[in-house]
Amino acid sequence: MSDRVLRLVNVGKTFGRHRALADVSLAFVPGEVAAVLGPNGAGKSTLLGLLSTLAQPSQGRITLGDAELSRRSPLRASIGYVGHEPGVYGDLSARQNLRLFASLYGLANAELRIAEMLARVGLDGVPREAAARTFSRGMLQRLALARALLPAPEILLFDEPGSALDPAGAAWLAGELQREREAGRLVVLVTHDLAATAAIATHIVVLRRGRVAYDETCGGYSADEVRAIYEEATRGKA
Amino acid sequence: MLSRMPSARGSRVRFLVGLLLTMHGFFVAPWLVANAPLEKTMGIVQKIFYFHVPCAWLLMLSTFVCAGGSLAYLFAGSERGDRLALCSAELGVLFGLCVMVTGPLWARAAWGVFWTWDVRLTSSLLLWLMLIAYGLARRYGGAGGRRLAAAMALFAAADVPLVYISVNLWRGLHPNTRTVSSLAPGMRLPFFFSLAIFSALWGVLLALRMRAEHSQTRLVELAIVIEDAEGKSP
Amino acid sequence: MARRSWIAQAARIAWKDLHIEGRSREVVYTMGFMAALVVLVFSFAFISGQEDAVGPDAVAGILWVAVLFSGTVALSRTFDRERESEAIRSLLLSPVPRSAIYAGKLAATAAIMLLVELLLAPLLTALFSAAIWPHALWLGLLLLLGTIGFASVGVIFSAALLRARSRDALLGALLFPIVIPVLLAASRATAYLLDPTAPDLDPALFWTRFLAALDVVFVVVGLWSFEPVVMGE
Repeated sequence: MSDRVLRLVNVGKTFGRHRALADVSLAFVPGEVAAVLGPNGAGKSTLLGLLSTLAQPSQGRITLGDAELSRRSPLRASIGYVGHEPGVYGDLSARQNLRLFASLYGLANAELRIAEMLARVGLDGVPREAAARTFSRGMLQRLALARALLPAPEILLFDEPGSALDPAGAAWLAGELQREREAGRLVVLVTHDLAATAAIATHIVVLRRGRVAYDETCGGYSADEVRAIYEEATRGKA
Repeated sequence: MLSRMPSARGSRVRFLVGLLLTMHGFFVAPWLVANAPLEKTMGIVQKIFYFHVPCAWLLMLSTFVCAGGSLAYLFAGSERGDRLALCSAELGVLFGLCVMVTGPLWARAAWGVFWTWDVRLTSSLLLWLMLIAYGLARRYGGAGGRRLAAAMALFAAADVPLVYISVNLWRGLHPNTRTVSSLAPGMRLPFFFSLAIFSALWGVLLALRMRAEHSQTRLVELAIVIEDAEGKSP
Repeated sequence: MARRSWIAQAARIAWKDLHIEGRSREVVYTMGFMAALVVLVFSFAFISGQEDAVGPDAVAGILWVAVLFSGTVALSRTFDRERESEAIRSLLLSPVPRSAIYAGKLAATAAIMLLVELLLAPLLTALFSAAIWPHALWLGLLLLLGTIGFASVGVIFSAALLRARSRDALLGALLFPIVIPVLLAASRATAYLLDPTAPDLDPALFWTRFLAALDVVFVVVGLWSFEPVVMGE
């Protein structure tokens, strides 16, 4: 795994008359699970969009190691993204979806890798031809994770990953994130779930009205600590 | 990051230019047009030509300026280019309306029908429709609307010669395209004077409209600054 | 990592769309039905009295109007598949050049439209006894060129409209003014080919070439502008 740091320097983002992010400077290092917290409209999803290269900052810059992340950057191949929506084709089966993306990423030994990923997310048992449209939300979320992990990206981005999962699924996902972190990847997740955050996060960022209100790295938070941090950082008028 | 403040001197210059333009547009041009020789077959009706042709020319100019601005916006991220594209598209719709009103008037008097599928009239109509569609894309196109509109402007500009050729051959007519160079000598001065006045009017309107857009952007920036100041000291 | 060629990647994306369509056949059926309806609606509107035939001009016009309207249906449905569950985001995040995505979507859309058009042409012969067989290959070429011209603009617009609320209503309104030259060239050429009394086919040849030139212009502008248009702000 590479040890490139993902860095944001004075990043701002405006949409027309609305400023979503202002003057955000952060550094994410490999081997950490960074949780981005904040009330609705604080700019969390916008931040994730910028990190995924699908949106461009209005001000400031985002770099991965020495290279700047931009819309055209080939670096996007080293970023895995799991959003609210699974980002797969409902008319294709799980395997066909993964085959498509394996081929677009130019993976060697694709079939082996696909089988490995399906087994890992627990979808190896589903009927081969079943279209993803017939999957439950939880299964789709697993497929989305398999899709994101397929090219073994350096950075994994998650937008409220647990929202579609039942408690068992959420626990499973937390285990997977832990495993990716231990493998030296950087995991950035946006979430509302403070308790789940406490279990896995090693770096907490709280956004409030588009600005960084809290940014600390430290291993193992307790649920109460996370709640206290969150409440302290988002206090005042929303 | 704040935009430049519009200067007071700038507004005085604009006032003078506007005054000058008004005088020439309202007094000199009509006088010249009224004193131009009458066209032999069409008579007084031909005078609408001094109004119609400059508008058609500005419709075309607007399309290309809009495409130029869109190009700068799409490929260089220029907000100024985007404003230029928007404002010129709006002016294109306005002058296009003049073309669409004066064209049929002329057609009625000259050929007895309100509309003919004449190549220049039809091409103007299509250009005008494209600029209206540009406005629709911007207003109702959602999050991708601005970019979509910019792409439309590029396609519209690429379309201009294609539309002209295809409409021309579609009708199987080969009308004389050298109307201007075949103008009687006495008509040239009023025609080119009208053309210049209309172009200047277009330029001034464009500058004013751009300034309004610019002010609006600046207002938003200021609102954000105020919001930030409040945000920092809760 | 083995880098694949641009063409192979575009083909992979096109194949994905065709594969999905092969499974559901939704677009072909709905678009085909729509196209047949347009033809029938025109028949009811145009044919009167004892006269059973309409002239080659009208047949050509009906064919291309049907292509335009049903093509809009095909475009909005193939892009719905990208929008559902945000698959387009995964596509844009992959390291494939965005122009290859454009080319792939264009190829797939054009292929689906052509399939429907190939069924539509015999329908026209049956209804209006149009003479499509003397120049069947040429007509096929015209359908190909006209469809590419239409889809090259349509793919860009549909992609940009993915996040617009009124995308279905807007697509036609924005697309038709731009593709009028395509309609003109294609329907004129078709009319000459369908006319058994036409003295010579020079005009059809001219329009076919013109259509090909138009396609080149539109596809070049499309390849070039897809990436800035489709990316978020």
